[in-house]
Amino acid sequence: METLLEILGELHPEIDFETHKSLIDDKILDSFDIITIIAEVNDRYGVAIPAHEITPENFNSASALYELIQRLMDED
Amino acid sequence: MKKKIISFVILILVVVTLGWLLQKLLMPKYMTKIVEGALISEYYDEKNKDHDIIFIGDCEVYENFSPITLWEEYGITSYIRGSAQQLIWHSYYILEDTLKYEKPDVVVFSVLSMMYDTPQKEAYNRMSIDGLPLSLTKIKMAKASMLPEEDLITYIFPLLRYHSRWKELSEEDFKYWFKEDQIAHNGYLMRVDVKPAGSFPKPRKLADYRFGDICYEYLDKIVKLCKDNGINLVLLKAPSLYPHWYDEWDEQIVDYAKKNDLLYINMLDHLEQIGLDYSTDTYDAGLHLNLSGAEKASVFLGKILQKEFNLVDKRQDEDLKAVWQEKIDAYYKMKEEQYKELEEYGYLLKFNLKRAEEDNRQQ
Amino acid sequence: MLFTSYGFILFLCIVIGLYYTIPKRFQWKLLLVASFVFYYFSGWSNLLYISVTIVSTYLIGVKLGNLDKQQKSYLKEHKDTLSPEEKKAYKERIKVKRWRWLLLCLIFNLGILAVIKYTNFAIANINHIFTLFKMNELSFVNLVMPMGISFYTFQTMGYIIDVYRGKYEPERNIGKLALFVSFFPQLIQGPISRFDDLSKSLYEEHHFDAKNFAFGFQRVLWGYFKKLVIADRIVAAVLEITKNPETYDGIFVLVGMVYYAIQLYADFTGGIDITIGIAQMLGIKVTENFNRPFFSKSITEYWRRWHITMGTWFRDYIFYPLSVCKPMLNISKSSRKRFGEEIGKRIPVYLSTITVWFTTGLWHGASWNFIVWGLLNGVVILVSQEFEPLYAKFHERFNVANTFGFRLFQVIRTFLLMSSLRILDCYRDVGVSFRMFGSMFTKLNFNELFNGSLLKLGLDVYDYIVIIIGVIVMLSVSLAQRSGSVREKIAGKPVIIRYTVFVLLFFSIIIFGAYGIGFDRNQFIYNQF
Repeated sequence: METLLEILGELHPEIDFETHKSLIDDKILDSFDIITIIAEVNDRYGVAIPAHEITPENFNSASALYELIQRLMDED
Repeated sequence: MKKKIISFVILILVVVTLGWLLQKLLMPKYMTKIVEGALISEYYDEKNKDHDIIFIGDCEVYENFSPITLWEEYGITSYIRGSAQQLIWHSYYILEDTLKYEKPDVVVFSVLSMMYDTPQKEAYNRMSIDGLPLSLTKIKMAKASMLPEEDLITYIFPLLRYHSRWKELSEEDFKYWFKEDQIAHNGYLMRVDVKPAGSFPKPRKLADYRFGDICYEYLDKIVKLCKDNGINLVLLKAPSLYPHWYDEWDEQIVDYAKKNDLLYINMLDHLEQIGLDYSTDTYDAGLHLNLSGAEKASVFLGKILQKEFNLVDKRQDEDLKAVWQEKIDAYYKMKEEQYKELEEYGYLLKFNLKRAEEDNRQQ
Repeated sequence: MLFTSYGFILFLCIVIGLYYTIPKRFQWKLLLVASFVFYYFSGWSNLLYISVTIVSTYLIGVKLGNLDKQQKSYLKEHKDTLSPEEKKAYKERIKVKRWRWLLLCLIFNLGILAVIKYTNFAIANINHIFTLFKMNELSFVNLVMPMGISFYTFQTMGYIIDVYRGKYEPERNIGKLALFVSFFPQLIQGPISRFDDLSKSLYEEHHFDAKNFAFGFQRVLWGYFKKLVIADRIVAAVLEITKNPETYDGIFVLVGMVYYAIQLYADFTGGIDITIGIAQMLGIKVTENFNRPFFSKSITEYWRRWHITMGTWFRDYIFYPLSVCKPMLNISKSSRKRFGEEIGKRIPVYLSTITVWFTTGLWHGASWNFIVWGLLNGVVILVSQEFEPLYAKFHERFNVANTFGFRLFQVIRTFLLMSSLRILDCYRDVGVSFRMFGSMFTKLNFNELFNGSLLKLGLDVYDYIVIIIGVIVMLSVSLAQRSGSVREKIAGKPVIIRYTVFVLLFFSIIIFGAYGIGFDRNQFIYNQF
């Protein structure tokens, strides 16, 4: 999870990603952030998050995103 | 729940009433400017709708004949259901509408409108149609007359046509919101001014002189309507010098009258007998007659019609006498007023907007 | 049929009347018939196009669903008999099959749209090249564009992509799918609905709910007010200015920009109000398409609040798929290696953004001015992204971020920016648009604002009064909306106030609406034949 937090922190250093649970709803992450995150995740974790997984549920918190990454890694 | 229904019904009533009030306010009044527009609706103010003769047609009837003269000379009752540029389908439906109220002995139809076989101007449509009370006849009339840019619903709810007049509301609209002045005399629009006839441009040769099919259709309908109701139809060409009444047109009417056993009077053939003098009897250089001309024309026509159709002289009927005395008083009063205006201004204010407005501004 | 025609209003009354009198299970079928009747009035040949889209999408949607089912049951059956590699290979095969069916559907339907909408545009451009080489020009084709094809095609392609992604099961009733595609209130100008969203209420049985019906009706009236009283009135001046650019340069360009902003806002949001209001009267919930867009403080915010469903469609079906597809991720990786982090991480963002805005521009119209408009939007968005660190520094230094003054500045800045971009929409020619924009700064003719020229644009004093009052009313409603539904607020007031508001609104439309034959004085001036 640290790598993920690193990725997120680079984009928005002012946000505490460990606790924040409404990143999408509060409009903290916009569409540019999302694709940057996905590119980084692909780079560092080796998984490609498909477009249809870009939902508020998956991106509202770092932990939800981490779960998604894990799930995708398992499927491979 | 009941309360809701009641308040909803009240809302509907408020909307309908307000709509009706606004409609009345925004419709053109035709009281001071284009007074011709008031002609059609004035008929419905008549308390006693029972006339010997009904005239239908355009300004060749409502400017050229005086029902007052017909009464004074022959004791004939008449009404002119004319309107500006009344086309033949307008005439047919106006006749159909009139027959809901009365059954005249004679209907006189001005045949000039045979020359128009397509709808002309939206403004004239409105002046002929708006004056009728809402009925199936009115709807049929609108459908037959509409130009492509018109909508039938605007004849049922004229508010939808005249709403844009909110910008042009004037004193006239508020003064005449709920009342009307008398504009005509049993449909005759009086003009006492004089403008002698000059020369007219030579009439152009037409490619085709035959009247349009649709005009013949409606003429047949008028003939049938009169026949079915036991009414004598008379075809009439008024003594106007313009638009030019071609011989080829006259022939067609002569033929038609013969075929349908109708009386056809072309007054242009009897100018001497009528005694018309176009240097004094016309107010617009020969297009229409003025008061003196109209009275002469009425004397001429009345004699023929009374003889031909045995119209009774009703001048001894006490009730009618009283009714017509009122009309006669109003007639001569207006005549006096018009002469006064002529003296003071040199022209009649109502009929010379531009000039009146300019003079006003100069003062 | 236009919304603002007597025929449509009659049609609506009949449909709504029948809707609440027939057995409720036929309601959605009635809407389907009504939608086809509505579409028929725009040309019966157009019915052919929409039917082709409906049938092809239905069949392929069902096919995708069946393949998915097939896969699930096969894997379940052979859970223990297949190795992981075999399972993976099987899934790949099915995936390729499904992908091919999706591609077929997309190419076919988007192809129809492309051919109808863009053939003449392509020919015009090809001809430019041909004339350069002195070759014979191609002649243009005569293709009539079916009403709403851009909207219903995109809405339907969204559906098939969602089905492919497994977001929901395909609709197995062709009638129901047909209604989703052709639902008449949406046909003319959207919103572009999502199937899972709209189908929640589209096929239900609806009881007559007085409050909902009244709210829907109020919304419809509000839409007509904006369209007829404001938009259709001010359009005269917009046309006058934009059709005569040589006469109306300098300050008039600014005037035209502002007038056009008012016209477009009133017309578009008004039309959507009518759409959503009609749906509400039928008990159906259609998603919002605008969220007080002129209160936006930045261009990115603006595009989250203006034509919302178009923005989200392009985001979900073009922007995201494009940015996260394998090729793009590879480009991202390799450009990071080649050009370093800073440039590398920008590449996917830039490529995707420009692509999205290019297609957005293209979707709006088959001409260069729309494409340029789209690209400019994209450029401005990217540039403002780049400026963010600068803005952050500014706000650290000057603590103005939350002051009313600064926020007002941001709102006005965004309004002027978006209005400037929209010039391309008005003048239809790229060169003219840029020239006119430039003339605002070179031709200093502000004095013309005060010499009566404004009254020569087709609007008289009365028109201006109505427009100004109309704009104030729109502004007040928007301001009031920030703290909750305006209709709810009015519903809470005493009867007299509610009825007065309704009566005023209703008669404002009838009296002040810019419709019908004007009272043409010239026709009435007394003339002898």
